[in-house]
Amino acid sequence: MSLQPKTEKRRGFLARMMKLPAAAALVSLIGPEKLLADSEGESSNPDERLYAMGVQVNKCIGCGMCVDACKTENDVLREPFFFRTWVERYEIQRDGEVTVESIGSGTSVPALEEEAEAQRVRSFFVPKLCNHCDNPPCVQVCPVGATFKTQDGVILVDSDYCIGCRYCIQACPYGARYLDPRTKTADKCTFCYHRITKGLLPACVEVCPTQARVFGELGARSSPLHRMKRMNSLQVLKPSLNTEPKVFYSDLDGEVR
Amino acid sequence: MSELLEHLESNLSQVSGYIYPNEIELHWSLLVVIYPYVTGLVAGAFILASLEKVFRVKEVEPTYRLAMLTALAFLLVAPLPLLAHLGHPERSFEIFLTPHLKSAMAMFGFVYAWYLMLVLLLEIWFEFRADIVRWSNSEKGLRKVIHWILSLGSRDLSEKAVAFDRKAVHVITLIGIPSAFLLHGYVGFIFGSVKANPWWSSVLMPIVFLFSAIVSGIALVLLLYYVTSMFRRQTPDQACMDKLASFLLYALIIDVSLESLDFIHRLYESEESIEILAELVTSRLFISLAVVQLLLGTLGPLVLLAAGRFSRLPAEMKRTIYFVAALLVQVGIFSTRWNVVIGGQLFSKSFRGLTVFKLELGGIEGLLMGIALLILPFIFLWILVKLLPPWDDARSIEP
Repeated sequence: MSLQPKTEKRRGFLARMMKLPAAAALVSLIGPEKLLADSEGESSNPDERLYAMGVQVNKCIGCGMCVDACKTENDVLREPFFFRTWVERYEIQRDGEVTVESIGSGTSVPALEEEAEAQRVRSFFVPKLCNHCDNPPCVQVCPVGATFKTQDGVILVDSDYCIGCRYCIQACPYGARYLDPRTKTADKCTFCYHRITKGLLPACVEVCPTQARVFGELGARSSPLHRMKRMNSLQVLKPSLNTEPKVFYSDLDGEVR
Repeated sequence: MSELLEHLESNLSQVSGYIYPNEIELHWSLLVVIYPYVTGLVAGAFILASLEKVFRVKEVEPTYRLAMLTALAFLLVAPLPLLAHLGHPERSFEIFLTPHLKSAMAMFGFVYAWYLMLVLLLEIWFEFRADIVRWSNSEKGLRKVIHWILSLGSRDLSEKAVAFDRKAVHVITLIGIPSAFLLHGYVGFIFGSVKANPWWSSVLMPIVFLFSAIVSGIALVLLLYYVTSMFRRQTPDQACMDKLASFLLYALIIDVSLESLDFIHRLYESEESIEILAELVTSRLFISLAVVQLLLGTLGPLVLLAAGRFSRLPAEMKRTIYFVAALLVQVGIFSTRWNVVIGGQLFSKSFRGLTVFKLELGGIEGLLMGIALLILPFIFLWILVKLLPPWDDARSIEP
């Protein structure tokens, strides 16, 4: 009597063991990361893993911390000809004249003139960086495929593969690329790919004292980007070129190009 | 690197308005001006040569072989400026091994190889084959060996074989004309397809490139024919010179019309970029565009060619006028390339400011390198002419 249930238990165990390879095959077919994602309550929408940045123009105070942090984090040359990100200051006069200056790191931009106050209609700062376009002209023109779009939507340059023809620099409508004279290859913002893939924020977002820059995954409900998208009307730079940028601006002035 | 930084530093002080900070460095410089200029000469010289073979324009026959060798000499040089301007020339073979097929530039290797291997080399070989065989039979020493190698084992001088040569040349020329159009139209497309740059982005760009190529190619062959005749103490064939001048005039008229159309179209559409482009044309590009390209390089030759062609001047006077006109055309087309390549980088993509370009004397992108690259094809041509004399009197050597 005592033997019978034991045998049954054993049989049951063996039968369950038989199912294991089938289960393993199933998991490998579906993909383990999908099952894991589901188990954490997130959807498997691929859009959710498209990284994007939001820039709230009204919050930027032009401190240049982001520019400095970017140069430090990514070992960008300090000279004012090489920027992965920069901040533009716009000054719009009553007569419609627009003056733009770039705030570099370490180079000071002269303060706005007090006397001109009466003539000034508005002034504001606009942080700029690679737009990580969904339809990137730089990727299109690269003759060897050294610049490419990752699955999570970030545009990167393989500096071991880039031949330094600079076609991508010509093709970028935003002036976001430069040639690093040390490597003689094209270089640009990576959204701090080495950080975001570890769950950290890009350096510029991390240091921004006013949270003018927010970062997250497009379509993810929990991201600060989602909140920004809900609370603001958004624009992108040069929409007519159909590059489909993934850097979104709120309160963007029509003068910004 | 410190040189570059110094260079950029000095440019910084001459920027007017606002440009993106990464735009202070001009990325495509003199070498990228030379590349389309040289490729254009190749395509133009070939198209001129094809006139004789396909459209049976008998008058230009004396220039056929010279034009083919000129095209080859310049084509051999064409990739050098591109190679030299790369940050990593040692990786350039990746364009062949792992081309990114959506890139206009990735096609360069294939277009180039097709044109060099299948069109120029093959056509020249068939054209010269019978002569090469004869030369290798009759000559002595090194020349015999070279011609024997160039004959690639061919010995047949029968009527049938020579007729086949002629047929082959004809067929290759038929393939060659669209290939030459492809070669240079493609170079125009590299610029014309950059939507970020309103100075370049134009569907007319490949066609404008092509016609300016034809203009420069005809002018180059005219110059070479004139100069080589002079050195060979022969009078250039007047009918040939007249015909070349006519073709040059017609091609120039089409070229001017196309460029005018492009100009008027831009002005009339008056897009966002029009103000900065107007500023560019009237300030930084004024000398090279209005004075050199338009006045000196286009209107000057137009007047000279028309005067030479439709007046009753003495023949020698006419030839001199054609020569001067062709020389001016070269200056004009070079400045056309300059204005496209350099001009397209002098304004900011923010459309708010202009930067400067300063040509340096030395260095990879310097003036001396540029001059060397423009002299090199003539050295190649000299060698080619020594190996394969294109003159009619060289043909008559019988075994």
